[in-house]
Amino acid sequence: MIQLTVNGKTENLDVSPEMPLLWAIRDTLGLTGTKFGCGVAQCGACVVHLDGEAVRSCVTKMSRAKGKNVVTIEGLSENNDHPAQKAWQEIDVPQCGYCHSGQIMSAAVLLRENTNPTDQDIDNAMAGNICRCGTYPRIRKAIHLASEIQKKNKI
Amino acid sequence: MTQNNNIDNTRRNFLKLTGLGGAALCLGIYFPANGSPVLVRPSELSDSEIELCPWIIINPSGKVTIVNHRAEMGQGSFQSVPQIVAEELEVDMKDINVIFAIGNEKKYGGQITGGSSTIRSAYKKLLKLSASAREMLISAAATKWNAPITDCYAESGQVIHKPSGKKLHYGKLAEAASKLEAPKEPKLKKISEYKLIRKPLKRIDTPLKTNGELIFGLDKRIPGMLVASVERDPRYLGKVKSFDAAGALKIPGVKKVFKVKMGYYEYMREGVAVVADSTWAALEGRKQLKVEWDSSGFKHWSTPEIFETQNNLLKTEEGMILKTQGNPTEVLSKTDKKLDVVYQTPYQSHVAMEPVNCIAHHKGDSIEIWGPIQAPGWVQDYVSKQFKIDKEKVIVNMTFLGGGFGRKAMNDYPYEAVAVSKELGGPVQVVWTREDDATLGPFRPGISYRCEGTISNGKMDALKFRMAGQNNGHWSGAPKDKPNGSTSEGFLKPYYESVKNVSFSDVLFETTIPTSFWRSVYASTNGFAYESFIDEMAHEAGKDPLEFRREHLKEERCQKVIDKMEEVSGWKKRGKNEGYGVAITECFNSTVGQVVKVSKNPDGGVKIDKVWAVMDCGWYVNPDIIEAQIEGSIIMGLGAATTHQITFKNNIVEQHNFYDYPMPRINEIPSIEVHIIENEEDAGGVGEPALPPFAPALTNAIFDLTGKRIRTLPFSLGTV
Repeated sequence: MIQLTVNGKTENLDVSPEMPLLWAIRDTLGLTGTKFGCGVAQCGACVVHLDGEAVRSCVTKMSRAKGKNVVTIEGLSENNDHPAQKAWQEIDVPQCGYCHSGQIMSAAVLLRENTNPTDQDIDNAMAGNICRCGTYPRIRKAIHLASEIQKKNKI
Repeated sequence: MTQNNNIDNTRRNFLKLTGLGGAALCLGIYFPANGSPVLVRPSELSDSEIELCPWIIINPSGKVTIVNHRAEMGQGSFQSVPQIVAEELEVDMKDINVIFAIGNEKKYGGQITGGSSTIRSAYKKLLKLSASAREMLISAAATKWNAPITDCYAESGQVIHKPSGKKLHYGKLAEAASKLEAPKEPKLKKISEYKLIRKPLKRIDTPLKTNGELIFGLDKRIPGMLVASVERDPRYLGKVKSFDAAGALKIPGVKKVFKVKMGYYEYMREGVAVVADSTWAALEGRKQLKVEWDSSGFKHWSTPEIFETQNNLLKTEEGMILKTQGNPTEVLSKTDKKLDVVYQTPYQSHVAMEPVNCIAHHKGDSIEIWGPIQAPGWVQDYVSKQFKIDKEKVIVNMTFLGGGFGRKAMNDYPYEAVAVSKELGGPVQVVWTREDDATLGPFRPGISYRCEGTISNGKMDALKFRMAGQNNGHWSGAPKDKPNGSTSEGFLKPYYESVKNVSFSDVLFETTIPTSFWRSVYASTNGFAYESFIDEMAHEAGKDPLEFRREHLKEERCQKVIDKMEEVSGWKKRGKNEGYGVAITECFNSTVGQVVKVSKNPDGGVKIDKVWAVMDCGWYVNPDIIEAQIEGSIIMGLGAATTHQITFKNNIVEQHNFYDYPMPRINEIPSIEVHIIENEEDAGGVGEPALPPFAPALTNAIFDLTGKRIRTLPFSLGTV
C-alpha cells in the first residue's frame, strides 16, 4: 500500500512503487484530466503538483509520491475558477485541449511564484509544455490576463 | 449551455436525448446514394430502410439538441456547426445541447473530417434545415393563436405574437410543428442580419478543457475493459516469425499475449498484443516481450536512396500529365534562359498530442468502437467488410480528439482494436505509445519537385512542374497508371490565365512505407515548391515578388488578398533586402497569403520577426476560430519547415519521441497577425489552408535577406 493525498483526499493505493504517478492517477484513481503525451518528461501534458511543485507525473515514481500531497487539474480549483482557468476560458485558449491540463498546471505554479510574469518569464516557465495545435500566442495572452485576475482577487 | 451533463457522445445518451417515439420535432437531411440531399421528416419516411438523421431535436420539454456530425479535434466543429444551426433556428447558444453523431453516412452524408470540409460541405444545408424548422414552429404557433404568420416571429427558442406579446416556447410547439409540411424554400437571413454567425463567440467546449473534464479517446472507459499495447513490425509489412511471451506474462496484471493483425486498406501489418488490467502493466509487459520478425519479401528503403531515386527519375521521366495547357516543353526547349531546379520536402509524422488509441468490443455478431476518430463512416465500412459483420451492427462512436491532422482518419487502429477484442473476447483499449505514434506512420510522403520555367517580357511564359513522391491513393487502390490528382494542389488557378504554357505531371514513385493525409495534404509540400519557384521567377524577371504575383493573379479575390498583404505588412515601405518574403496558395477552396519578416540573429542564422496572414475563406462562421486555426497552422508549418523530418534506415524510422522530433515551443513562436477578407462567396476551408504558404514565405524572406535560396526542407534557422 502506498499512501498519498490526491486533491485533498487520502488515498491508499495497492500499486508498485515503480509505477509512474501518471498511471496511478489515471487508471487507479480514474482522474483522466492528467494526460499521457510522451512518457519521457518531454511534453508536459502530465504535469501535476507534488507538494506544490510542478512535476511530470509520467516519470515520477509512486515511491517518490509516497506520503506527498498531489494536486491534479481536477483539484486545482473548486469551480473551474483558478485565475489561469478563468483566463484560459476568457481568451478561448484551447484548440483540441489535450495539452491544456498540463499547461494550466504549469502556469499555476508560475503565477504563484511570480505574480507579474514578463514574456521572458513565461517563455522560461512554459517552454516545457508542448502544444501541437499551436495555441502558444493565446497561452501567453492568458497568463498575462491570469496575472491581472489574480491581482484583482487579492485586493 | 452548462458544462457538466450536456456533452455526451455515447450512443445510449444519443438515443435517450433524441427521445425516440416522443413528440419531438425531428428534421433531417437524407443523403440518397445518388442525387442531391433532401429534407425529410419521420412521417415522410415510407421506406423502412431510410433512416432519419436528426440534426435538430426539440423535445416537448423544450430542450434543443444539435447534433455535430463531424469530429472535434481542435478545429472547432463542436462550436461552428451549432453556431450555424442556432442562428437560423433562433435559439440561444447557452440553451442548447450538442452531441456527436455516431458513424452513419446514410444519415449525415460524408463524415470524414478532412479536407477542411465540415463547414464548406454542409453550411448551406444546415442553414436551410434550421430555417425550415423555425418556419414550421412559427407556423404551428400562428395556427394555435389563430393569427396570421406575418404577426409572429421567433427569438431565443420561442415564438412571439407581435401584436399581443404572447409567447410560446418551442417545446410547446414541437409536436404540432412536426406534423406540418417542411417549407421547400425557407427564407434565409442576410449576412447583415446574423446575430451569431460571423461573431467571435466563445467555444462551448472550452470550460471542459480547463478542468480536465473533457473525455478524449484515451480517457474513455467501458465496463470490463482491459488495456493492450502492441509491438508491431517496425518495417511495416513484415510478419511475426516467432515471439516469446514468458517475460511479459510474469508482469503482474498482464493477462494475455497473442499475435494480432492491423489492416491498412488491403495490407495486413502484424504485431503482438500484450493485454493487461492497466495501461502500465500492458506497457511493462510489452517491454519484456521478445519478437522475431520476418521482414523479407519487400524492399527496405533508406532516406538517401529515396531522394536519390526521386531525383534520378526527375532527370529522365516526363511522368503522367495531370494538367497541361500550351506547350511548356517546347517553349522551354527553345530557350537557354530558363530556370530548372529541384525542390525537396521530407516525410513527416503527425504526432498529435493524444497518441493514437482506440476501444473496441467485438461481441460476436456486432461490434462497438469508441475512439478519437476522424472518419466514423470509413471505419464502419472497413470494419464491417473486414470482420464480415453487417454495417448496421458496427457502431462507431467518436470521442473528442486530442489532435488528428489526418492520422486519425485512418482505419488501421480501429481495425487493430477490433482484432484484439475479438481474440480476447471482451472490450479492450489499445494504447499507442508516443514512439508507436511517431514511428509507425502512415506518414506525409517525402516528395521531390522538378520546376522549370522561363520569362518573356517580364512575365512568366512557361511553367513545367514534375513531382516524384508517393501517391497516398495507391495504398487504397488508386490506379498506378493515372497521375496523382493532387499534383497541382496549392497552385492558384488564376495563374492558368496569365501563363500560357503550364503543365503538371506525376512521376510514379513507390516505396513500402505507408503514407497518408497530413494537414493540408499535398498543398503542404506543393505549396513550398511552387511558390518558391514563382519567387525565383520574379527574381529572374527583376520584379518585386509581391508585384510579380499581382501581375499574374488577375482574379479579383486574389488581388484583394495581395492588396491586404501589402497594406498590413508595410510591404512598400520596406528597405532593400530587409528580409521580407511573400507566398500565396490555394487549399480546399480558400486562398491564404502570408508575408514573413526575418532578420539576422546575433547568435547566428536568422530569426522570424513577424508573420502576417491574410485569409479569404468566403462565407465563414467564427472569426476567432479562424484566427486560432491560422496561428496553429503557421506554428505547425514552422516545425515542418525548420525541424521535422522522418528519416528511414532500411524502412525503420530513426526518430522516436519529442527529444529527436522536437515540437516548436512557446519561446520559438513569432508574432502572428491575422486578417480575414470579408465577402459573401461560398465557404472555403479553414483548418488547413493557412499551412502551405508559410514555408515558402519564410524561405523567400530568407532569400531576400541573405541571397540564399532554400530548396530542401527542413532547414535550420540557426545555421542559414
